[in-house]
Amino acid sequence: MSIDIQGVGKRFGSFVALDDVNLSLPTGQLTALLGPSGGGKSTLLRIIAGLESADEGRVRIEGKDATGLPAQKRGVGFVFQHYAAFTHMSVAKNVAFGLEIRHRPKEEVRERVDELLRLVHLEQFAHRLPSQLSGGQRQRMALARALAVEPTVLLLDEPFGALDAQVRKELRQWLRRLHDEVHVTTVFVTHDQEEALEVADQIVVINEGRVEQIGTPDELYDAPANDFVMRFLGPTTTLAGLVVRPHDIGVVALPVNGAIAGTVRGVHRVGFEVRLTVQTSEAREPAVVTLPRSRWVELGVDVGDPVWLRLPADAARTPADAAHVGGVVGVAH
Amino acid sequence: MVDLAPTPARAARPSPQGGHRRQGRHGIGRIALRAGVIAYVGLLVAWPVALVFWNTFADGLAPVVETFTDPLVLASLRLTAIAAAWSVALNVVFGVAVSLLIVRYEFPGKRLLNAILDLPLSVSPVVVGLSIVLVYETTRGVFGVPLAAAGIQVLFSTPGIILATTFVAMPLVIREIVPVLTEVGTDQEQAARSLGASAPQTFWRITIPAIRWGLTYGVVLCLARSIGEFGAVKIVSGNLIGQTQTATLMVEQMYFDFDQEQAFAIAALLATVSIIAIVVVSVLRSRAERKGTS
Repeated sequence: MSIDIQGVGKRFGSFVALDDVNLSLPTGQLTALLGPSGGGKSTLLRIIAGLESADEGRVRIEGKDATGLPAQKRGVGFVFQHYAAFTHMSVAKNVAFGLEIRHRPKEEVRERVDELLRLVHLEQFAHRLPSQLSGGQRQRMALARALAVEPTVLLLDEPFGALDAQVRKELRQWLRRLHDEVHVTTVFVTHDQEEALEVADQIVVINEGRVEQIGTPDELYDAPANDFVMRFLGPTTTLAGLVVRPHDIGVVALPVNGAIAGTVRGVHRVGFEVRLTVQTSEAREPAVVTLPRSRWVELGVDVGDPVWLRLPADAARTPADAAHVGGVVGVAH
Repeated sequence: MVDLAPTPARAARPSPQGGHRRQGRHGIGRIALRAGVIAYVGLLVAWPVALVFWNTFADGLAPVVETFTDPLVLASLRLTAIAAAWSVALNVVFGVAVSLLIVRYEFPGKRLLNAILDLPLSVSPVVVGLSIVLVYETTRGVFGVPLAAAGIQVLFSTPGIILATTFVAMPLVIREIVPVLTEVGTDQEQAARSLGASAPQTFWRITIPAIRWGLTYGVVLCLARSIGEFGAVKIVSGNLIGQTQTATLMVEQMYFDFDQEQAFAIAALLATVSIIAIVVVSVLRSRAERKGTS
């Protein structure tokens, strides 16, 4: 195990940021800490880095107890949401910083910086200042800077959070490819479930200071441990007392055995899919069903028409918590 | 739809007129404002200072040369230089430390400290001078008595002058650095730490470069203020000619002794130092802005 966290707790005043967190992250993997903001995931990352100290519990990195070690002795690379570029230094100097601190020979530093700038595709920007780079370029520079000291663990705190949607998507795919090349144990914090599902080998869902579930993206998506994980990983609706995904629900225009009868209350077209709002007799709130436009045309139903809903046996579901019954929660963008 | 129709027409009718009038008012207003500001600054600052230079060289170079070869004048200039150098050095070290304390840490009494730090700017230098006399006076002063017993004289000597000068210039460095430190935040420092830098390495390689412009401004303001200090120094120095008389005190004395040519010459020198400092800073600053490092 590369990172081993045992019983870590952290409070800010009366606010419990982390509560008895236990976690083991294997070497060489790309792990996402996923959860809503304020849920404690960034605090956990900062405790691993030594930028924050835990009130209780222990942190081990590559088998060594790092609980009391200051940040500069942990061999950890850290990438900040807002880049934390050294604004008075050129891109090359930024990347060289960790090596110069260690008094490495000039020639070695130059070679390593060249190599890293090539890796992050910034070789032609070596002599620019960070202020002359775009957000995405700055973050790649920050990544090269963190990798320069050959950290045992690379930690990224919402690394793409300050970038616009298009650049975000490009950069996260790029991060995945980079990780496949470099193989350093990497942990990144995100509140974007799509980012975590797309990039990570393993996802740790954190909410209200606790670990809700740990697993591969497929495990989490197909078998969410609870209502929270289910709702956090994408849009959900309730049907017959269960939290389910709107696109898992099957719709037919004729009564079928075991299907739930309802009436179409609304039809909304969103791009390639159609969202039906269906009022069933058994629930107060209507269920939401999404289906491809072609399927809807085939079905030929409109507002006021009767339909029958059923859930395939293999669809993910969790029992509905009374507080959230009905409607769509957290529609994905 | 019916009652919506007139709206564009109503809106369109007054707009060209209104727009034109507004533009005209703006034009005249802007010119009047500029003229007003130029006249204000010119009459209040530029013209009187220019007159000092004019009077300095009114009778040619000879009186100026004579002034700056006078050993008493040179002694006063040296004393001013010493006091200003100490004041800048002390205020830079103290200012950086206090600014870091104020920006980075929360502690009880922080607001009070903040208010006290502004005191030297709001209180008259004469009051500052008197308060120093009370503390360092050799018969009753809390610090004055033990220091006198140890053979150290603060009042009517260079330490007292340095103390008074440092005191009045104290907030200038702090007030320049605090906003910069607040804006820069701690991300860069944390990044440096995670890259293996120790606390002193982080301070010298990251924190100081990040605040260098605020610090430069602070040093220039502090230097100008220290060179020009008069009231507090007058009270603590005793104004002993050739010993505890600073340049500003010398200007005053010469002026009242009808040595006006010499008074103007020294005044012109003091003004020149300040002007050079401001020019140097603005040149460095614009060069840095062009490079994009500000």
